[in-house]
Amino acid sequence: MNLLEVRNLVTAYGSIEALHGISLDVADGEIVALLGANGAGKTTALRTISGLLRPRSGEVWFAGARIDRRPAHDIVRLGLTHVPEGRWIFSLMTVDENLRLGAYAEPRVPQAALDRVFTLFPRLRERRAQVAGTLSGGEQQMLAIARALMTRPRLLLLDEPSMGLAPVLVRLIIQTIAEINRDGTTVLIVEQNASAALRLARRAYVLENGRVALEGPSADLAKNERVRQAYLGVGAPLRAQG
Amino acid sequence: MTVALQQLVNGLTVGSFYALIALGYTMVYGIIRLINFAHGDIYAVGAFLGLSTYGLLRLLHVDNPILTTLLGLVVSMGCTGLLGMLVYRVAYRPLLHARLSILISAIGASLTLEYGLFLIYSPSFLVYPHLFDTPGMSLGDISVSGLQIIIFVSGLVLMAALYLIVHRTKIGMAMRALAINQDAARLMGIDVNRVVALTFFLGSTLAAFAGVLTGLYYSQISFLMGFLIGLKAFTAAVLGGIGNIPGAVVGGFLLGVLEGLAAGYFSSRWKDVVAFGILIVILVVRPRGLLGERVVERM
Repeated sequence: MNLLEVRNLVTAYGSIEALHGISLDVADGEIVALLGANGAGKTTALRTISGLLRPRSGEVWFAGARIDRRPAHDIVRLGLTHVPEGRWIFSLMTVDENLRLGAYAEPRVPQAALDRVFTLFPRLRERRAQVAGTLSGGEQQMLAIARALMTRPRLLLLDEPSMGLAPVLVRLIIQTIAEINRDGTTVLIVEQNASAALRLARRAYVLENGRVALEGPSADLAKNERVRQAYLGVGAPLRAQG
Repeated sequence: MTVALQQLVNGLTVGSFYALIALGYTMVYGIIRLINFAHGDIYAVGAFLGLSTYGLLRLLHVDNPILTTLLGLVVSMGCTGLLGMLVYRVAYRPLLHARLSILISAIGASLTLEYGLFLIYSPSFLVYPHLFDTPGMSLGDISVSGLQIIIFVSGLVLMAALYLIVHRTKIGMAMRALAINQDAARLMGIDVNRVVALTFFLGSTLAAFAGVLTGLYYSQISFLMGFLIGLKAFTAAVLGGIGNIPGAVVGGFLLGVLEGLAAGYFSSRWKDVVAFGILIVILVVRPRGLLGERVVERM
């Protein structure tokens, strides 16, 4: 059975429809990538799945329960956690407080989750007492992922985790996501860095103008001429000038 | 000098009321960016509910002034807190995404409370029981009544308690998180509506506390008592930096003391002119308020 099933999802901002009925599945244990140009609807899709946006029609099923009418704070408690684009860390609060907010739904902060987070991101342990807004961009992204892990998710939605980071940090974040997945967390990732996403994910969907244009195993998509031209920046035919 | 010190004492007493009410304005603004115009009337309701509790206890032959006052405070704070939550649920929550309509709704809530008190209680002044005429202390020519000490000290205790709730408890952490980014708070599993309702509860209890003590201090209350003091407390919150909790306290005391000094050196008829004139100058120089340094800081 699929952990996440999205059926004909339509989401609109006022009268402007951003998703025109997308469907996708994520099986338990997978990493699935969502690719597409700016404005294709990737972020809207994640926000609708996590409950920040209400869909106009369509269904979202998570672990056998229908969640498309539930409030966001309820969906987190079911084990679906969204790391939004732009990180949204609580900038005026300490690293420690940010992590404790991740465990908000639980009566006390689970030590095991905290230990795991500090094993994945030792840098955060050193900076526990620091105000989150003073962290570097890479550290803020680590904190955003770490805070999400404190909710002990079964499915992690990651929106552009490598955005604005230096290449060395991009590699570190991607490796850490693979490690989080090996520990048993399913991942649905939106990533501008399509080549990194296709290497990380087992399967991928390509969104174009609010519709699923292509889907399949990452290896196949990486060979697809359309994907190579549009998202990987290779294989474009060279033309003589003049 | 005597005038200055005496007016400082009086100013700190009135400033305690301003600070307690200003906290409600600033917490609500910090969390949902709403100027809760009904907050001054919440304070008035607190004073009336305190008076009702005193009346009820007299019927039950409970006469100990300390006991009746404690009970009056508890009942009034509890009921007023629930009323604050009700106002949020009915008048604000359905309009959170309509910036102008919610402001009009706030004015509607304010008038509803004022004229509700008018109809249920009385269109004229009501007299509060006279319970604390202990002379207090005299330091030279300056007199400080026992009630003034009670108001100042208990006010400070409550303000400190609020600070601890906001900075040392889980629900306070949720309030601060929500003030920074509401959607991020939802993604952490925080039920935003519950936390906002609780914020209204806390702010309303502080206003009710100030309302009961105002009744004891001035001996009389009226259904419109919340209007002007609400505006002044709102001013105090802006002066301290709206959304900033210590700022509301500083702004409240500062406004009280400025008014007191203006009343002492000019006349009590001039106190509002002088105090608000100075406030305008301070705000022109520091538009974000005294403690509102960082634009993003709200709690």
